[in-house]
Amino acid sequence: MRVTLEFEMLDIPGQLISVLEPIAKNGGNIISIIHSRDRFTPTKRVPVRVTFEIDETRLNDVIEELKNRNVTIVRFGEQRMLEKITVLLIGHIVHTDLSDTIDRIDSLGYAEVIDLQLSMPEVNYPSAALITISAIGKDEIEKAIDELKKIGDKKGILVIDPVGE
Amino acid sequence: MVRILLIGCGSVGRGFLKVISRKMEWLRSAGIDPVIVGVTDSKGGLYDENGLDPEDVLRKKATGGFDNSISSLDLIEKVDFDVGIETTPTNAETGEPGLTHIKKMLERGANVITSNKGPLIVDFHGLCGFAKKRGLSLKYEATVGGAMPLISLIEKTLAGNEVYSIEGIFNGTCNYILSRMEKELFPFSHVLLEAQELGIAEKDPSYDIEGIDTAGKLVILANAIMDMKVGMKDVEIRGISEITPEAMELATRNGYTIRLIGEVRKNTGKLRVYPRLVSKSHPLAIYGTLNAALVKTDLAGEVFVSGRGAGSIETASAILNDLIGLYS
Repeated sequence: MRVTLEFEMLDIPGQLISVLEPIAKNGGNIISIIHSRDRFTPTKRVPVRVTFEIDETRLNDVIEELKNRNVTIVRFGEQRMLEKITVLLIGHIVHTDLSDTIDRIDSLGYAEVIDLQLSMPEVNYPSAALITISAIGKDEIEKAIDELKKIGDKKGILVIDPVGE
Repeated sequence: MVRILLIGCGSVGRGFLKVISRKMEWLRSAGIDPVIVGVTDSKGGLYDENGLDPEDVLRKKATGGFDNSISSLDLIEKVDFDVGIETTPTNAETGEPGLTHIKKMLERGANVITSNKGPLIVDFHGLCGFAKKRGLSLKYEATVGGAMPLISLIEKTLAGNEVYSIEGIFNGTCNYILSRMEKELFPFSHVLLEAQELGIAEKDPSYDIEGIDTAGKLVILANAIMDMKVGMKDVEIRGISEITPEAMELATRNGYTIRLIGEVRKNTGKLRVYPRLVSKSHPLAIYGTLNAALVKTDLAGEVFVSGRGAGSIETASAILNDLIGLYS
């Protein structure tokens, strides 16, 4: 998962390393650091924003250690779902319980349906749906598509995945 | 002088005769002096060890002037020839009659060029091994993608590259149907009828629209290019008959189209023929009866090729290319 933390720290040497160490120690991969030395807060601290990728299970350890080091986290943002894929479904999508199909993807934990467009012709004719799934990584996208295909096989729904995405 | 025995005088065989006739002077100037010593179809044939005039063969073929007492196997045994050209129709299950024709021609010590997928689908490595053992060549550019130069592109131009994957559109009939569905949002059945009226789809279109033709080509590519040992049973196949106008409309509204894509991947060993979403900006979003392939390699990166995948003269062009490759 990708995480962005914003801190406020004193403008003295050694402050930044105390933030980065716990991230690195827990296997985090730093994506960017924005250290705004020209912008002081009213308490004469410097705002810093660090973005990094880290295994979800290790994030709490990082936060705990930062707290132990008296680092003030002022903002915390996580972007869990990094990858997106659009797939097309053809079949009796609604009559085979569309919400169940979506729930089963969402319940995987690592993927979720974030967009759905449905086209329904006359009754008894197959419907079509374009759905966008996001997941925490490329492998998880593939696993989610495999799961969707399994659901499709059981429900008689054709799952059309994209080329080159 | 290159003595040619042509087995199969349908659309591709006749196309080859026309091309040979048209290119005779050029071939002679290039040091290849082709002499057609025999031609057969399923009902008869013609032969003359001193050479047949391709135009005369075409006239006789059109007017029922073939000798019914001549069979392909007889001629393979009887006539001396340097290269056999096998253009009989594909049978993806048995490979026959092409499989026997090719084996017999190799046994006679002749090189073989074929446009017939069947024998290669059924026994690619057997036939290639059989030819190699005798110091002969078996060429098959015309079996995949017609005039689109895919096999020679990879074997010659991209020589030394490792091919990671090939994905492409290998069936012009399906691509025509999907292109028309995209443009007009007509139902599949309607566009299929239109394609049949135009002669783009066969009366029995199942071989094309169910993805079997594409699967056969993937099997040949996987065996020939990717060093795999696979058959039709190893291909996950789904055709295009389930595609609805509503599905196509949803796809196009979101910047996609739908195409039947054949895909072979070396790392997973997977072969798959499946309708896929293709972004309209992707090179494989091609229209009409064209074929196209995207080859991913270790050195050259991605290489894209497109061309006419079927047609009498186009397929004959690939056969001619193999012939020139063998004798120039």
